[in-house]
Amino acid sequence: MSNETGSGNDGDKFDQARRNFLRGIGMGTAAAVAQPAWGGQTFQDTFADFFQKDYRRMSAEEIEAALERIERKAQARYDVEIECQNTPPQPGVVYGYAINISRCKGYRDCVHACVKENNLGRDSQMQYIRVLELDQGDFNLEHSDHYYEPETVPVEGKHYLPVQCMQCDDPPCVKACPVEATWMEPDGIVVVDYDWCIGCRYCMAACPYWARHFNWTVPEIPAEEMNTNTHYLGNRPRPRGVVEKCHFCIHRTRKGQQPACMEACPTGSRIFGNLLDPDSEIRYVLANKQVFRLKEDLGTEPKFWYYSD
Amino acid sequence: MPVIRFIFDGVREMFRGPREYWIWLAVLSLVVLFGAARYSQQLTEGLVVTGMSDQVSWGFYISNFAFLVGIAAAAVLLVIPAYIFDRKDVKEVVLVGEGMAVAAVTMAILFVIADLGRPDRLWHMIPVIGRFHWPISLLAWDVLVLSVYFLLNLAIPFYVLYSRYRGKEPNFRLYFPFVVIAMFWAISIHTVTAFLFSANPARPFWHTALLGPRFIASAFASGPALIIITLQIVRKLTSYNVSQTVIDLLALIMTTALQISLFFVGAELFTDFYNEGAHAASIHYLFFGLGGFYSLKAWIWFALALNLTAVVILMIHPLRQKTLMLNIACVLTFVGIWIEKGMGLVIPGFVPTPLGEIFEYWPTSVELAVAAAIWAFGVLIFTLLAKAVIAIEQGKLRYRAKDAMYPL
Repeated sequence: MSNETGSGNDGDKFDQARRNFLRGIGMGTAAAVAQPAWGGQTFQDTFADFFQKDYRRMSAEEIEAALERIERKAQARYDVEIECQNTPPQPGVVYGYAINISRCKGYRDCVHACVKENNLGRDSQMQYIRVLELDQGDFNLEHSDHYYEPETVPVEGKHYLPVQCMQCDDPPCVKACPVEATWMEPDGIVVVDYDWCIGCRYCMAACPYWARHFNWTVPEIPAEEMNTNTHYLGNRPRPRGVVEKCHFCIHRTRKGQQPACMEACPTGSRIFGNLLDPDSEIRYVLANKQVFRLKEDLGTEPKFWYYSD
Repeated sequence: MPVIRFIFDGVREMFRGPREYWIWLAVLSLVVLFGAARYSQQLTEGLVVTGMSDQVSWGFYISNFAFLVGIAAAAVLLVIPAYIFDRKDVKEVVLVGEGMAVAAVTMAILFVIADLGRPDRLWHMIPVIGRFHWPISLLAWDVLVLSVYFLLNLAIPFYVLYSRYRGKEPNFRLYFPFVVIAMFWAISIHTVTAFLFSANPARPFWHTALLGPRFIASAFASGPALIIITLQIVRKLTSYNVSQTVIDLLALIMTTALQISLFFVGAELFTDFYNEGAHAASIHYLFFGLGGFYSLKAWIWFALALNLTAVVILMIHPLRQKTLMLNIACVLTFVGIWIEKGMGLVIPGFVPTPLGEIFEYWPTSVELAVAAAIWAFGVLIFTLLAKAVIAIEQGKLRYRAKDAMYPL
């Protein structure tokens, strides 16, 4: 489904009905019989899902078949036509992020843009980004308010600290995983193969930034709000019982776009770019600003910096 | 084939007994079935039916897992005196202890499986067809050491019992190397389980070099406590000879271990609280509450009171030598360590979160039912194993060559 069709008009409803009808014929009787037991999937797809290899050991054809199954599954579960891609990392690129905390006003536009962009569960209220509200002059995270809800922000005497996955260069979560379902890609993004994760949640215990989140139930996403531009290692609809995390909007950034949180930020606090490019804005920040990283003492080498004017 | 005959006779012995025995098996099976029904709810709805959250992402299941690995390791306290110091009295009951180890490891593994979001993908851990992240992941280490320990504790008693069954003395030189391996392996399973937690600088409450030693010390208190009670039950219900000297030995080991365990707790408290820093937030939450939340406070003080009472009883010789007082001390220790190394260890690691959020956890009825089922299953396994072991050790089950001429 493309974004330009409005959800309220009759033509769209008709179109939807026609598509449902055609899909019913296309899948044939086997699917119709199997529907209740396999949650709207054909037996072949369920079988192939179960025996699917991990991402890094699949051949190009196997990945292609997996992407098609993901699209069919989204169709069956959410009644939405998505496109699931496998855009590879760009050579000579390692991503880094920096946030100007003196500019951040705590609007949380990044949080909401992220939820929409990455198809995060709405009922579960999963959010990859937490904006912490702290008293001016206090940097103790234990004193932070995660659920601040004043009439207007910024509140006098408060400052704001957005936290998300730091894409550590020595990520403790990757070491923790007993089945290698999470790893660092060549462009520095720590990703999860949602089809390989066994849901033990050891990575969540290992992460010092509380960046990993678990699907305690099937994520609920309203069909009309589904972002149909997805990536295997990124924002495709996730199954229940697996861990997920921020992936620097891998479906956008690998195509040269900004991550959604940066695009949404009204204050321009967020700087994202290629750490290997000496002319990039992120390199300018690292070279010319007083930067620091959260919990530097743990040795995880975050590729995520904070600075102030 | 004598081996098939042996297994057949063993299994038949497991399901032979008076009415009370059958009622016992039936009650345990009912608890297992009830918990299995609740587990199916967890399978269909997801782990959302538990009390766990992104904030406290491990709960009652992993708490029981950590405790039970300690119980499994404690079987070594019978293995060492039996095989290394050649104590005849201990040798007579060592197979019962190994049966307990098998049951405890089974329960520990079941608790981890119950905690998985995707148990259908368990095969991803199998090397070659899956990806086993060994030697990097501590969880991979734990799977490895627990599986091998399980096999060792099955294989050694199997060989010994099979020899007895055939009326032969087991060849000591043949199985002794495996006994030595099993000894070191027992220490390793609990050390690895402690390292699983202490490996995480993200969780300062666990990130202490004392965690490994603490795990071993508390296991060597709670393990003998359970063995002492179990051996008395065996002595009461069967004609099997359990020498009082074995119980005295275990009581002494337990006394020392509990003293050391409490000393470690004290050392931890001193270091964290003398100059209280940000890293002490979790232990502060555990013992005194934090930011108005204190659901574990009464729980941990209760555990500490149990352990302190137990250690006083155990340290006073005339008290310890009274069966009733010893049994009270055993129950207190078992429950006390279960709280301390269970919920008291796992939950505070997540409170506050690394971003300073305080979110409390308490198990739901699903978690309690599933846990009860796993415990009942473990007791069931132990009952069946012990039943066969005792019959063979007493010489009630013997291989007769002429039987083999007739079909089963």
